[in-house]
Amino acid sequence: MKDSPVKLSCRGVWKLFGPDPKRFLARHNHAPDNAAIADAGLIGAVCDANIEVREGEIFIIMGLSGSGKSTLVRCLSRLIEPTGGEVIFDNRDLLTASEAEMIEIRRHKMGMVFQHFALLPHLTVLGNVAFPLEVQGVARAAREARALEVIELVGLKGREGYYPRELSGGQQQRVGIARSLAVEPEIWFLDEPFSALDPLIRREMQDEFLRLQSVLKKTIVFITHDFDEAIRLADRVAIMKDGWTIQIGTPEALVTAPADDYVAEFTKDIPRAKVLSAASVMEPPGGDYAGEVPAEARVADVAARVEAADKPHAVVSDGTIVGQLTRQIVIDVLVGREVGGGGQT
Amino acid sequence: MNSVLHQTRDLSRNGWAVWGLALIAAWLFSQLTVDLLPWAHKYPRDWIWPIRFEITAFMKWLVNDATFGLFTFKELTRSVSWLLDWPLTAATSLFSTGLMKGQGSDAVQLTPPLAWLAVLGVLAAMGHYARDWKLAALVGGCFLYLAVFGQWDSAMVTLSSIVVAVPIGVAGGLMLGILAYRSPWFEKAIRPVLDLMQTVPIFAYLVPILFLFGFGPVAAMTATIIYAMPPMVRVTVLALRQVADEIVDFGRMVGCTRRQMTWKVLVPAAMPSLMVGVNQVIMLSLNMVIIASMIGAGGLGFDVLSALRRLDIGAGLEAGIAIVVLAIALDRLSQAFASRPPPQHHDQPQGWVRRHPWLSFSILWIALTGIGGLLLEPVQAYPETLELTTASFWGELVKYINITFFDYLEGIKTFFLLNLLIPFKRFLLDIPWAVIAALAGLAGWRLGGWKLALTAFSLSLLIAATGQWEKAMVTVYLCGISVVIASLIGIPIGILAAQNQRAGKVVQVIIDTLQTLPSFVYLMPVVMLFRVGDFAAMIAVVAYALAPAIRYTAHGIRQIDPNLVEAGIAAGCTRWQVLGKIKLPLALPEIMLGINQTIMLALSMLVITALVGTRDLGQEVYIALTKADTGRGIVAGLSVAFIAIIADRLIAAGSGHMRRRLGLAEEGGGK
Ligand SMILES: Nc1ncnc2c1ncn2[C@@H]1O[C@H](COP(=O)(O)OP(=O)(O)OP(=O)(O)O)[C@@H](O)[C@H]1O
Ligand SMILES: [Mg+2]
Repeated sequence: MKDSPVKLSCRGVWKLFGPDPKRFLARHNHAPDNAAIADAGLIGAVCDANIEVREGEIFIIMGLSGSGKSTLVRCLSRLIEPTGGEVIFDNRDLLTASEAEMIEIRRHKMGMVFQHFALLPHLTVLGNVAFPLEVQGVARAAREARALEVIELVGLKGREGYYPRELSGGQQQRVGIARSLAVEPEIWFLDEPFSALDPLIRREMQDEFLRLQSVLKKTIVFITHDFDEAIRLADRVAIMKDGWTIQIGTPEALVTAPADDYVAEFTKDIPRAKVLSAASVMEPPGGDYAGEVPAEARVADVAARVEAADKPHAVVSDGTIVGQLTRQIVIDVLVGREVGGGGQT
Repeated sequence: MNSVLHQTRDLSRNGWAVWGLALIAAWLFSQLTVDLLPWAHKYPRDWIWPIRFEITAFMKWLVNDATFGLFTFKELTRSVSWLLDWPLTAATSLFSTGLMKGQGSDAVQLTPPLAWLAVLGVLAAMGHYARDWKLAALVGGCFLYLAVFGQWDSAMVTLSSIVVAVPIGVAGGLMLGILAYRSPWFEKAIRPVLDLMQTVPIFAYLVPILFLFGFGPVAAMTATIIYAMPPMVRVTVLALRQVADEIVDFGRMVGCTRRQMTWKVLVPAAMPSLMVGVNQVIMLSLNMVIIASMIGAGGLGFDVLSALRRLDIGAGLEAGIAIVVLAIALDRLSQAFASRPPPQHHDQPQGWVRRHPWLSFSILWIALTGIGGLLLEPVQAYPETLELTTASFWGELVKYINITFFDYLEGIKTFFLLNLLIPFKRFLLDIPWAVIAALAGLAGWRLGGWKLALTAFSLSLLIAATGQWEKAMVTVYLCGISVVIASLIGIPIGILAAQNQRAGKVVQVIIDTLQTLPSFVYLMPVVMLFRVGDFAAMIAVVAYALAPAIRYTAHGIRQIDPNLVEAGIAAGCTRWQVLGKIKLPLALPEIMLGINQTIMLALSMLVITALVGTRDLGQEVYIALTKADTGRGIVAGLSVAFIAIIADRLIAAGSGHMRRRLGLAEEGGGK
């Protein structure tokens, strides 16, 4: 995945709310600091965001409420016009696209799922899911056939004739997901899709989401304020605070090397074993092994095996042994003791 | 916050001093300058700005000579007339006359109109579709009443006008509303026009329309549409703004074009709120169709009007009650449509008939009654021999009341006239116009700053400058007294309704009904008991303007944070103390808004009471209407609007001021 081409990226993107923000940004050479922004009476919703999302990757944007996550994603899809910077999608600058071009790109290449579902109350499940195709002018029979396919994919078969308010929250969000998939988008934005659901359903929907992604392999930008969710789903995470992107990295990197206290606070309560990979805690290779574990395997997933064996396990990357994992290391990780492994980021 | 509190407290302490000084100065000025500055006492005749003649001349030019190059203005109004005429003819043929061939007395009826049983059945079916059997029975019962009591033909004429006016008003309002939603520039341009249209009295619309379109149903239709459209524009803008941001984002994300966004996303998502606007358009159209009988609308309004002119109380009341019945049926029906529960999934039944049961029933019923009507006369038209008339009963009743209670009624009337109305009127007319204008400016400055001061002062000046001052003061006096009385009655009722749930429910039903009644209807019982004059007008105005005083007071008290009330009780307040020291002060801003609404309604009703012989601006508009004198009508109508605007802005500013002081709303602002 590291080597996949970049699908969507942004460079130096700013979004300031308030009077005449463009002039303000130009006057400060596109690099104002927080004090200058506050003095000018502006709100810095997104400050100097630089992000690269690779093809097939689940890229998560995390942060507390009001940190600018939604605003950033709306800049990426150009639902709102950034104050400055550039957004590059498939090697072209979205901000220079005309209205008609944007409509084409959104119709065929982008899909979005919303926190409060945003279903149209006057349409049935079938009508809602077929809606993006209807907008494109696809004939009724064709669009309904396709809609039925995705409805089945998200497990709502048999509910096509229901209206949104007759469904539970989880079911409504399944409709939202089905609807955003109906056009087979190349990039899939999800803005806190599971935040409005209660914890049990949320968990179920996360599993469902992972199942779908294993089939579909979309490029995904996913917003959440829940770090647990981020770890479960993410390939990489960007952490935002007051508009600034504080750190971008794998969940493991955030846990092992938080950029500041804010990030550390987020990751504090996360069980290490679920985040750390074998490679990040291994010690140099010995010689006598009970078995092998992949370098990227999470400690939690291999813990039982390593503990049960008398001898250490070899940590294997691309067919070569790069280190070993001992019982002691696994126990240290599980109980939360500092581990001085050869951590990689 | 604290410093703000201090400031306002200082201000209000200063406030009394300022007002005291101002009033003393005003009194001294009035007493001392009668000979010194006569122009400040009575606006000199020579200084009057002859704008009304200019307007009249302009309208004449417009109608006779104006041309837009390709076509003249006259051709434009003719084509509008033609455009409105054919749907109106179609509707009248359908409901009342049947399809006619030929003109006047040689006309031959080709097909009969819809049978009365057909109309009744279809409307009842609509009631059942929109809610349940109970509504179907109510609507059916209302129309049965119209048939049994011999009001069917007039009611059908009125109904045809509404059937044409409402779709045009709704569609026009929706279009303008969508434009205003899309373009902030357009919204800015249209907002003041909407504000003005809501304050200009109804009669004032009629004058220029009468002049442009001539006397007749089309002119009435035009007035009705223009009158009923503004609220739809407002409701549309509001409803579209209320659509959740996520839904708008969704529409853009799937690549909707602007048109798709409007018609496939925004309008359907806003439908429930839009239906509230439709209900308003229906009720306003009904109100206006009745009043527009003065410029040629037939139907129930015409019956009331001609009865009023003949002082035939019985016939007038009969038609008045028929209007009430029609209003209730239309209101409940359209409200039920507005609050219809959202659709439910159902297994699509097979066949068109089973999927559209109400529509199939209606078509079948119309066909059946159509054929039945050809064979059996009573199916087509309710048999005249079975009609009941209450006119003579009402006539006798009124005669009886007037004979038996003449002394009491006359006593009450004289008492009020001598002790309240006439002294107050004299007092107001004695104050120099310049003093009143200055005081209005001062009030504007105290409550809202120099901008409001300028508005209040210059609008007062305009009223004087167009030579309307005396008539305007009569309007202010009648309106003022009516509002005070309406508040004295309405606020206690509102308090009672808020304190006591049972009373609240009863009051709610009563004011809901009062508010659906067209203003014309209020004149009947008043004329019946007190004949004509200022006192009769005052009673009608009070009755018409009562509802908002009650509604806002009750709402203001109900919305108080219960914690505050509990805190009061915990501190040992008695019930009266809770009411007087906690509830009323906190509800005051809301009550003021209610009084504001009361003033607006009072002004609009006052103009209609010109029919019972007041001598105010309303009379001026009414005379202009009978003489088709556009300039006179517009100038007098605008003066009423100015009074309304001054009152509205001052009260809104005062209420906002008070809200801020109570810490109820930080942002405050005038409106
Ligand atoms: N239209 C706007 N005008 C002014 N300020 C805005 C606007 N939209 C967002 N903001 C501000 O920008 C900041 C970021 O908002 P944003 O909605 O992106 O946060 P978020 O991280 O998505 O929060 P949440 O988790 O609550 O959705 C907030 O401080 C918000 O108040
Ligand atoms: Mg958000």
